[in-house]
Amino acid sequence: MTATADKPAAEVVDTVTLTIDGTEVTVPKGTLIIRAAEQVGIEIPRFCDHPALKPAGACRQCLVDVASPAGPEGKLRAFPKPQASCTMTVTEGMVVNTQHTSEEADRAQKGVMELLLINHPLDCPVCDKGGECPLQNQAMSHGRPESRFVDVKRVFEKPLALSSEILLDRERCVLCQRCTRFSKEIAGDAFIDLQNRGAQQQIGTFDEDVLDFDGYRPVGAATVDEAGKAFSSYYSGNTVQICPVGALTSAAYRFRSRPFDLVSSPSISEHDSSGSAIRIDHRRGKILRRLAENDPVVNEDWISDKDRFAFAWQNLSDRLTRPLVRKDGELVEASWPEALAAAAAGIKAQTTGDDARGAAVLAGGRVTLEDAYAYQKLARVVLGTNDVDARARTASDEEQAFLGAQVAGTGLGVTFGELEKAPTVVLVGFEPEDEGGVVFLRLRKSLGRQQVVAVAPFLSRGSEKLGATLVPAAPGREAAVLADLPADVREALAQPGAVIVLGERAAEAPGAFAAAQDLASSTGARVAWIPRRAGERGAVEAGALPGLLPGGRAVSVKAARDAVAAAWGVDALPSAKGRDTAGIVKAAAEGTIGALVVGGVSASDLTGDVAAALESAGFVVSLEVRRSEIAEAADVVLPVAPPSEKPGTFVNWEGRLRAFATAIRTDAMSDHRVLDLLAREWGVELGTGTVEAVNAELAALGAAEAAHRPAAAKVKAPARNPRPKKGAAVLATWHQLVDEGALQDGEPYLAGTGRVAVARMSAATAASLGDAVSVEVSTEAGAVELPLVVTEGMVDGVVWVPVKSPGSWVARDLRAAAGAVVSVKGAA
Amino acid sequence: MSGSDEVWKVNRERDAQRETFESNLPKKGPIGEALAPVAGFGVSLRNFFRPTVTEQYPKVKVPTMPRYHGRHQLNRHPDGLEKCIGCELCAWACPADAIYVEADSNTPDHQVSPGERYGRVYQINYLRCIFCGLCIEACPTRALTMTNEYELAGPTREGLIYEKQDLLAPMGENMLAAPHPMVPGTTDGSYYRQEVDGPVEEQVAWVREHRPDDPTLPENRGATTVENQGGGRA
Repeated sequence: MTATADKPAAEVVDTVTLTIDGTEVTVPKGTLIIRAAEQVGIEIPRFCDHPALKPAGACRQCLVDVASPAGPEGKLRAFPKPQASCTMTVTEGMVVNTQHTSEEADRAQKGVMELLLINHPLDCPVCDKGGECPLQNQAMSHGRPESRFVDVKRVFEKPLALSSEILLDRERCVLCQRCTRFSKEIAGDAFIDLQNRGAQQQIGTFDEDVLDFDGYRPVGAATVDEAGKAFSSYYSGNTVQICPVGALTSAAYRFRSRPFDLVSSPSISEHDSSGSAIRIDHRRGKILRRLAENDPVVNEDWISDKDRFAFAWQNLSDRLTRPLVRKDGELVEASWPEALAAAAAGIKAQTTGDDARGAAVLAGGRVTLEDAYAYQKLARVVLGTNDVDARARTASDEEQAFLGAQVAGTGLGVTFGELEKAPTVVLVGFEPEDEGGVVFLRLRKSLGRQQVVAVAPFLSRGSEKLGATLVPAAPGREAAVLADLPADVREALAQPGAVIVLGERAAEAPGAFAAAQDLASSTGARVAWIPRRAGERGAVEAGALPGLLPGGRAVSVKAARDAVAAAWGVDALPSAKGRDTAGIVKAAAEGTIGALVVGGVSASDLTGDVAAALESAGFVVSLEVRRSEIAEAADVVLPVAPPSEKPGTFVNWEGRLRAFATAIRTDAMSDHRVLDLLAREWGVELGTGTVEAVNAELAALGAAEAAHRPAAAKVKAPARNPRPKKGAAVLATWHQLVDEGALQDGEPYLAGTGRVAVARMSAATAASLGDAVSVEVSTEAGAVELPLVVTEGMVDGVVWVPVKSPGSWVARDLRAAAGAVVSVKGAA
Repeated sequence: MSGSDEVWKVNRERDAQRETFESNLPKKGPIGEALAPVAGFGVSLRNFFRPTVTEQYPKVKVPTMPRYHGRHQLNRHPDGLEKCIGCELCAWACPADAIYVEADSNTPDHQVSPGERYGRVYQINYLRCIFCGLCIEACPTRALTMTNEYELAGPTREGLIYEKQDLLAPMGENMLAAPHPMVPGTTDGSYYRQEVDGPVEEQVAWVREHRPDDPTLPENRGATTVENQGGGRA
């Protein structure tokens, strides 16, 4: 697993040699002058130039004197006026004189700076950018000490809320267009653009009605500008980070801090499986903001708004700091030794004696690799069970077999770079914009060079922005659709480098994994599994699945069990078939599980009856950061550290280890350390006390040999299309990126940028409901009512609702997953 | 021989080369030489006959020079809004890291200073402050100035970290305690240009509606002494 895997083979590149400020430099052909100058350490001031965006030449701050050979004898001829170095590419023999050697260039730059400052307000003391502002810095280094401008500056009403999170102070804007170029080129959300002309030129938002973005409106209020409405993008926070002045600010950070107050710690985002590099800025132990770090092989310069703004959850008032033990029906604070002893005694009481029942462990998909390892080791070594599952979602044995055979311990598989360069990408059970975060940006980077095929019930706007073609598939029917793909898609998949992406929802489609593998072997395409949560891949590597031991070893293979048992120094590992999350919840509700150890699981993510399971289980131990529903029902609650307060490793979907260090030092302990202490109550040395210890164990175990891996599960794909009766439809559902997930709590500004929850149906299906403006989707368990949006090209007989958006909590309210048949009723 | 031994040796050699001390003062005669051990008492004797200059502090407090750098003060605009905008430039300028500021947004329901931003937390640690006055120079709104108060001692460390309420200037004659809206039709610029010279009826009405018991309202002024509003620790 090294970063070198992304490096292209050494290519012979044409080079050009030029002279900048008397220094000769050789750079590849097509390099911009400003980049060539950077290579020899010459800094040219700039605002609009950004290495990840196309050249614009908007701010004119980077003017330099250029002369290049011209004419038949190649005599050096100077350009009559200074040129923008951010738009001009180098040529052979070019001579560039920057502000350091050319008085003309210096004069031109000073003039531009003076012009930019004419309308720029002198409100640096209240501006969030103050102290880290390129305009402030360059005005100090290249500007005039005194302003010659005596007239009244242009003012606008401020701030303009482009969305509930992104605020625009138009008078501070220098019209560099970094934000609009980012929105157009990178995110594909062209909601903001230049409006008006001349001195009144300003950034504003487009009218969503004009652009027909029906159903993608954000929840939160945004003020109306000259033309339109809200800026709706999952990547809008990046515009704040790249704004070279304080024109774009985020509501969450506005007026909160100064750069010199902040301590910056590098970290990894805990919100999705991409493992984006972030920077945590904190003051006095409190996180104030998070920024994207540049990681060229993973997230490049960008992160999603969820990565950026969703960090308040860990410091809400319901944060647990001390262990809780239930005494006389009440959870009361207790010391660590008391709580650990109570937890062990409670579990022992349930699992030993005459009426002994089993124990089970639910780890949740948000834990780190080390934590997942500790959870499964506790289950297998201490509790003697294979009932351990980190998949707090719909999971299947077929998926587990696939993960064991193809994913666990295989190291770096398909990478971001390979995904970007793939000529064809087929998405199965995966919505890149909603479930992938920066995966979407990587795919969008290849817009026009890559054919994206979405196997989905309808073409979402995210897929539309990727230029994807839809292969319609009702939820649960993906396997049959994959087996019967159109010939042109098959052909496209046969191109070298093509990738089939399976999302976490592939587990909801029986036979999808087998179908994808068949497709891959017949076309030569590669398969990538991109789960949604950050901890999923790590849990697979660590063996926190009922049928998987660390490194992809199958529990069902005796040799694999023996190998792990020998490494752990125990006689034997449990061989009984373990239950997955749904099975554990069901068994607990039926009273066959006596003790539950639950990590970071939200009860509202599971379709099973969690309340009944917690009620029937004799003893529940909860490891939680905050008081959750499960913690409230537990008998012992052990507080654990959120990712910013512990070191650990997330394994991203590529298989890349994304280790992070403690950002904020507190006395909160990581899950693996708590479980290590808990195991000592049994007299067992779990050996998971430190990150180093766990990683040493994992390294010693290594990946499984082929014979130790699980065999592919035999799953029969459903034969025919479900034909729901009148008044019924097949449920399609997935998580929107910004929704009401537990890790997005406490951040109202971010929540306001999430999309409104709507129910989607095809025109024919909607017509069968009569003149409905909203739809009530119901099961025996409950109902949700959402506004109806008729979606073109959608599969008939299917209704789509978001999983956990405002007013639509599918798992909790409907107790149903994708593919279930639900009742639909129109309402006027 | 180790490096430090070498250094020690070199230093000792250098010491040996130093010239012995010789005073430049004129040599004393034999009488002077004999009285030299008690010559110092002469200074004491001389002062027996001079007027005493002992300052009778704390019974008598001598006024400081007018520009003496004493305790800080956070000033207010004439209508009672705070001048501090929480920009942290004072904290930035402070060479002793004695100032800590946290800003926040003004809202229509909670307007503490003119404009969008105000200082929610303002602390000066007088165990650290060296009274250099750089913070005063940095302040862009003249919110922070220094008084002549020099009695800054206390039995606890916490007590010497002055909070915002300890530093705020006393309420002036007609001032109305913040938070309350800005004078209608003005911007923060109007306040900085000193175009606001006192609270207007709308502001009084707003405070009357939201905090009818506020002691700075005209009808409540007689009841309590206005001096109790802020103005340092007792």
